[in-house]
Amino acid sequence: MTAQSFVVPAALGYGALLFAIAALAEARARQGRARWLRGPWVYTLSLSVYCTAWTFYGAVGYAARSGLEFATIYLGPTLVMIGWWWGLRKLVRIARVQRITSIADLVSSRFGKSGPLGAGVTLLALVGTMPYIALQLQSLTVSFAVLGGDPRPAFEDLQAFALWAAAGLALFTILFGTRALDASERHHGVVTAIAVEAIVKLVALVAVGLFVTFEVLGGPGPAMARISASDLPAAVAPGRWVGIMALAAAAFLTLPRMFHVAVVENADEGHLRTASWAFPLYLFAMSLFVVPIAVAGLEALPPDANPDLFVLTLPMAAGREWLALLAFLGGFSAATSMVIVAALALATMVSNHIVVPMWLWSQGGGAALSGDVRRTTVLSRRVAIGAVLLLGWAYWRASDGGEALAAIGLVSFVGVAQILPALLGGIFWRGGTRWGAAAGLVTGFAVWSWTLFLPSFGDGIVPAAVMVDGPFAMGWLRPTSLFGLSGMDPVVHAFVLSMLLNSFAFVAVSLVTFPTPLERLQGAAFTGVFESRASGADDARGADPEALMVMAQRLLGPGRAQAFFRGWAARQGQDGYLPDPTPEFLMALERELAGSVGGATADAMMAQVMGRRAISVADLVAVADETAQVLEQSHALQLKTEEAERAARGLRDANAALTRLARQKDAFLGQISHELRTPMTSIRAFADILMSNDLSDAERARYAGTVHDEAMRLTRLLDDLLDLSVLENGQVRLNLAEARLDAVIDRALLAAGTHGLAVRRDPVDERVTLFTDADRLVQVFANLVTNVRKYCDAESPELRFEVRRRDAEVLVDVVDNGTGIAPADRTVIFEKFARLGDHAAAGGAGLGLAISREIMERLGGGIAYLPGQGGTAFRVRLPRRVAPAGHREAAE
Amino acid sequence: MVRRASPIFLERRSYRRRRLVDAVRLLPFAGIAFFAVPILWPVQGGPSLAGRTAALFGGWIILILGAAMLARALGRPPPAGED
Repeated sequence: MTAQSFVVPAALGYGALLFAIAALAEARARQGRARWLRGPWVYTLSLSVYCTAWTFYGAVGYAARSGLEFATIYLGPTLVMIGWWWGLRKLVRIARVQRITSIADLVSSRFGKSGPLGAGVTLLALVGTMPYIALQLQSLTVSFAVLGGDPRPAFEDLQAFALWAAAGLALFTILFGTRALDASERHHGVVTAIAVEAIVKLVALVAVGLFVTFEVLGGPGPAMARISASDLPAAVAPGRWVGIMALAAAAFLTLPRMFHVAVVENADEGHLRTASWAFPLYLFAMSLFVVPIAVAGLEALPPDANPDLFVLTLPMAAGREWLALLAFLGGFSAATSMVIVAALALATMVSNHIVVPMWLWSQGGGAALSGDVRRTTVLSRRVAIGAVLLLGWAYWRASDGGEALAAIGLVSFVGVAQILPALLGGIFWRGGTRWGAAAGLVTGFAVWSWTLFLPSFGDGIVPAAVMVDGPFAMGWLRPTSLFGLSGMDPVVHAFVLSMLLNSFAFVAVSLVTFPTPLERLQGAAFTGVFESRASGADDARGADPEALMVMAQRLLGPGRAQAFFRGWAARQGQDGYLPDPTPEFLMALERELAGSVGGATADAMMAQVMGRRAISVADLVAVADETAQVLEQSHALQLKTEEAERAARGLRDANAALTRLARQKDAFLGQISHELRTPMTSIRAFADILMSNDLSDAERARYAGTVHDEAMRLTRLLDDLLDLSVLENGQVRLNLAEARLDAVIDRALLAAGTHGLAVRRDPVDERVTLFTDADRLVQVFANLVTNVRKYCDAESPELRFEVRRRDAEVLVDVVDNGTGIAPADRTVIFEKFARLGDHAAAGGAGLGLAISREIMERLGGGIAYLPGQGGTAFRVRLPRRVAPAGHREAAE
Repeated sequence: MVRRASPIFLERRSYRRRRLVDAVRLLPFAGIAFFAVPILWPVQGGPSLAGRTAALFGGWIILILGAAMLARALGRPPPAGED
């Protein structure tokens, strides 16, 4: 039994292990026991997606060819991490405040939530990453074949494995990457699996390194001597040394997968502090043994051995097959973690910046309200993951698995680095505009394509004649020596030129164009993220909070949307679910939505609902006027003024409340006289008639019946009034006992009668045991059912009970399919004698909801109108256990 | 960070913390300077490859240790009177 025969089971088993780890992490996170999963160490390890199979295997090959230069790939990121205080800290803060979902979202949000800019960055990232995914598939398949005993595998033999690997990776990413719609939420499963893979690849490389140093090279001392005696070049090429270090640093910030783990998945800014030294240490450990392995490979293996596979072939040549298997798993980890995170990041970008905007546009103006945005977003993200991997696989097939792939790593780096000027310009310079960013990106992309990307395909795309003489024999446009800059290394040439021209275009166009209000607002928010202050402005009139709620429910799910709206309503000191549409609230809502679909789409959806952009020039002046900075100097004074204003506002509010109460009392007296008088008048009139003698028996019986009915109505009214007064004065005694919610609703339906009403209930949800006053609760529900019977204007009235448990509370939504209650009337329905529309139809005194509200308050819960549910909807909020009266009063 | 007229004299601990942040900001520049040294090495002669490797990795680990010490110092709870 040799390790070779274990290759397939090992790959399968390791894949299954990753699924299990991810599932376990998700489960623990759901139970809220995942604190350590979000600690600084897991964060540090997740950054290791930087180390792909290209660095795992390729670093040794790189060292065998160019000596120490391989280290630049790690030194660049080391500098970025050690300099975290300058760049990463700001990016992470901005991403958290603005709910950024990807690097495309960051650029798009910064430059006025520009849709085209987000789509452009997405395309650039796709083009730059696809070859890189192909490279991972290549290393997966080749290492698989080599370990299986085939040192020079034929391309055809690898295809099946490549396809299966791509499919498995797609499945993993879909399963654990699209569970939460909110892309700015953490993917515990994915991140934990990545962290485990980080450990595996480090252990594998260090194990091979120790084996090589002590066994092959004979210990540290002899190893040093043999390194000096080796053929490896001792000197470094200065241009490449500096150029590739800078390139690696730039790519570390702009690679979509790096941005995803370092910025989007960051759970706590403090983690950066640990990662600032721990991740460089990881990189240090990953590269410590690269030179010894390269030297040993060149010495011990035949001259035609591929240096890119020394990590695998050295242990195999020494008969250490188990070590080779470990090395294979290390490379497997490096490749899979890169592909998973890259697919996740790219799919989020494609979905948020290309698919969903196009879908919204194709659906016309009402999509934000009527379409199922949530499902479309998740579906498009899943499809995008599959498409990204399929494209990577197709690219790999088209490349014939040639050696050219190995060079693509740096080509990709230069491609994604084109985002850097817009990114840094966006977070450090307020003057950057979207035209500038677009010009920079387009210029950089063009220069990169011409000088590096297209030539990387060989003769097929750019003819040899063009490479030598330039297009149309214009020598200064030759791809490898643009503007006559000949004699440079092609990668450095492309990097330096593209970055220079890109930055120049960005700055120059930014200087001559003028930003929109939204751009200026975002520019101020991004560059001044550490100085951000609360802002206040007038109501943004014209926004309909209910429409906003309908949209938010579709996107965030009803529970989260309602909690969000309720929280804001409470912050504004209001009851119920609909806060005033202040600019503050609208911005917060937009950010919340941006966490799901990206900034540009959230902005577009808000604009659809409100008929205009969320931010107007007036808001801008109020929120981010540059003169506000002057105001800041008199900050203390302002605080005092605000405090005085707050006190005055409190007094004004109290005064208004007292005046309102006095008015209400007068109105109540008037109403009560009227309510008592109407039945009294008819009783007196009919009694007069009965007193006259010329009546038949039938007539007498009829009039007596009318008198009786009116007397009953009077009694009911007096009963209700008494009930209400007892409740309001708090003299009521509650009969607290255990009761089942379903039994309570049964009784209420029986009491109110359900003739002609279709009732929908969920027996499982209703199986809740409460400790409450069941009789009073029956009264509340019966009243709601009666109201539906009276007022529901649907052709076939329907009544729905929805029960939800939340912590120590139970929420019961009573919803019908009528037209609902007009917004203006919602504030009065809980007042006494409030009856809407036709009084005659009602036949009650209009005290029902007022009584219900008092009862619910006594029971420690509440009742509120729930907007945005289609018909009339009331939400009854019940505590599971009502505290006995003594306790409650003590608590009050 | 807030643009506000800052007092000239600070409490000793706040002063220490600010200088700590200065050090954190300056460290990457020290790193850049150090990592630029290899381009000064002569093409012919000079230190051997083993020596050069050891120097690079030695400097690298010192930089990491420096970053770790600063990060730890920065992680201690900030003094009450900060800013």
